[in-house]
Amino acid sequence: MKILVCVKQVPDAKDVRLDPKTNTLAREGVQSIMNPYDRHAVEAAVRLKEAHGGTVTVLSMGPPQAAEVLREAVSCGADEAVLVSDRAFAGADTWATTYTLAGAVRKLGGFDLVLCGKQAIDGDTAQVGPGLAWRLGIPYVTCVRRIEGCENGLLRAQRLMDDGYDEIEVELPALLTVVKEINEPRIPSLKGKMKAKKLEIATLSAADIGAEPQCIGLAGSTTQVVRVFAPQMTGGKTMITGTVDEIVDQLAAKLEALR
Amino acid sequence: MLKIDREACIGCGICEDTCTFGAIEVVDGCAVVNEKCTLCGSCVDVCEAGALAIERAEKSSQADLGAWKGVWVYAESRNGRLAQVAFELLGAGRRLADDLGVELAAVLIGANIRHQADELVAHGADRVYVADHPALADFTDECYSRVLSALIREHKPEIVLAGATAIGRSFIPHVASEMGTGLTADCTALEIRAEDRTLLQTRPAFGGNVMATIECPHTRPQMATVRPRVMKALVPDAGRAGQVVEVQPASGALESRVRVVNSVVEEQEQVNICEADFVVAGGRGLDNAEGFKLVRELARELGGVVAASRAAVDSGWIGYPHQVGQTGKTVCPKVYIACGISGAIQHVVGMQSADTIIAINRDPAAPIFDVATYGVVGDLFEILPRLTEKLKGGKST
Ligand SMILES: Cc1cc2nc3c(=O)[nH]c(=O)nc-3n(C[C@H](O)[C@H](O)[C@H](O)COP(=O)(O)OP(=O)(O)OC[C@H]3O[C@@H](n4cnc5c(N)ncnc54)[C@H](O)[C@@H]3O)c2cc1C
Ligand SMILES: Nc1ncnc2c1ncn2[C@@H]1O[C@H](COP(=O)(O)O)[C@@H](O)[C@H]1O
Repeated sequence: MKILVCVKQVPDAKDVRLDPKTNTLAREGVQSIMNPYDRHAVEAAVRLKEAHGGTVTVLSMGPPQAAEVLREAVSCGADEAVLVSDRAFAGADTWATTYTLAGAVRKLGGFDLVLCGKQAIDGDTAQVGPGLAWRLGIPYVTCVRRIEGCENGLLRAQRLMDDGYDEIEVELPALLTVVKEINEPRIPSLKGKMKAKKLEIATLSAADIGAEPQCIGLAGSTTQVVRVFAPQMTGGKTMITGTVDEIVDQLAAKLEALR
Repeated sequence: MLKIDREACIGCGICEDTCTFGAIEVVDGCAVVNEKCTLCGSCVDVCEAGALAIERAEKSSQADLGAWKGVWVYAESRNGRLAQVAFELLGAGRRLADDLGVELAAVLIGANIRHQADELVAHGADRVYVADHPALADFTDECYSRVLSALIREHKPEIVLAGATAIGRSFIPHVASEMGTGLTADCTALEIRAEDRTLLQTRPAFGGNVMATIECPHTRPQMATVRPRVMKALVPDAGRAGQVVEVQPASGALESRVRVVNSVVEEQEQVNICEADFVVAGGRGLDNAEGFKLVRELARELGGVVAASRAAVDSGWIGYPHQVGQTGKTVCPKVYIACGISGAIQHVVGMQSADTIIAINRDPAAPIFDVATYGVVGDLFEILPRLTEKLKGGKST
């Protein structure tokens, strides 16, 4: 089975803060990490390979330093890594991102299965998986929490729904996006780390994948960010003061009135 | 590409300080951009010398944006029930449609759902398109996308909204791809910019630490998924008039390469913190699981439910179904009482649309007071028991 996993390098979202006064993001100490959901996608791919044979290729679109997350994926069991990187990709929204990733997938040849994370924690959009499947003309299943089996070109899985889950069957080739419950990602092995260190990472430019300049990066994006700001806090903010008894009396009166 | 006018640049370094991504640097008295640049434009806005510009290739717009008219809402229906978010979207959609002076329509997809159309009209729809077919009983991305895309292509609405639910977030990106248009996920505010009738879509990013307003300038429809429990539904009016249009999906639209073998509805959680009028929430300030007793007693007295911050859930004092916030539930009760909760933005996004917010915290500088309608600086261990007692007393007299 030929498996492709899309991985993204993201800033560790929990450290990102917007300074409400200057309206700029505080980047001090913000680390770049592999998107957490994508680690589960890599693990799912490696387990499928171990069960059914085949290869796992990891693909990322991003700046040159995104190679780090590709190496991390290889240290966890992926076989090959490809970076699509070009200044012209900057400013891409999900529409331009799926165009670029799809171009890279075509260049690399067909895959039986493409795995993505449910969403990337920088934007939380969860759009790249479904959009990429559409570009590739293959079926997809989102929020997969378990892969139950794979035979005769059919993959059986469970997808998480708001009120429970669905057991589904999908024809391969297909794309899945995975949630964290699907598995516990392994710690890189020493052998894996050695391999990752030595691995040549193939880099594809916009020209290599035959991308049209008007379809990539900012120019190829359908959405535009018009404003970035710190979340607003808007309360009436009446402070209730006094002794504990006085406070309790006032609170009780307000609550009685609202009942 | 970010263009830097080397003549105009005075090397002041404001752009370097502003750049979120560490992508611009002053070298030898002139700004230099590196590959981390995402073309966000922040530096262009702050440059006092006018030395920076973003070159945008003139985008070939979809022919005639003006031909697209009307606001649409995808009305999610599953297991014979309309999702609450469908009504919320109609509430939001009604406001947008009125601002634009256009019709509001709902799209209903499923099997044996025709009767649900009236409820959508009562909640504000002028028109309901119903695709009722046995093959649509199970949710599959391919079929639902094709049905909705075909309708959009035929009727050309300028705005299409859906709930940011498991279903909405799964198939709406496919529909947006099919239409070749932009999609903004998980919005928490929607607004029309009157000058050019553009939909401004606001959403949290970076785990809620940052808000971004996004537009879709060149293509139609403008599409967004909207977070449940953020928009307000209208009070239903059974007397409202609306048109119900039955649509017959093309047979090719009903083939799917994904088959739902079994659909399992898991036991509905006992707690439904989203439906209650009174929510009493506890945080780390409760100190331990025992502390939740105080919260529980007040909630019981008010006929409400108990909620919690993530810190309290992570400490194991109460279960995850009670968590409010970015990674928990969004609630919008009449009254939300936050006890020993600091008011981190990830918590606040889940409760800030409550009608009245009461905060009890011993730290006068706690950010929770910024969202509170009424704030009390004090010790919850003193206040809560007496408040519960007082309310009990109040009722008997
Ligand atoms: C990606 C991400 C997602 C997150 N999602 C969520 C989410 O969904 N929901 C959520 O809640 N958080 C979430 N968080 C965590 C959030 O950032 C905060 O850490 C969390 O909300 C803090 O909980 P708290 O207010 O209970 O605890 P603390 O911040 O520790 O606050 C405790 C408060 O109790 C007060 N206090 C202490 N003792 C007393 C007393 N005796 N009387 C009165 N007041 C007292 C203190 O003054 C303090 O203000 C998320 C974080 C990240 C990074
Ligand atoms: N630049 C990228 N390179 C590779 N994969 C990506 C990229 N952006 C998104 N993805 C994949 O798409 C998933 C969903 O991302 P998003 O739609 O941005 O939330 C991620 O978990 C990745 O698997």
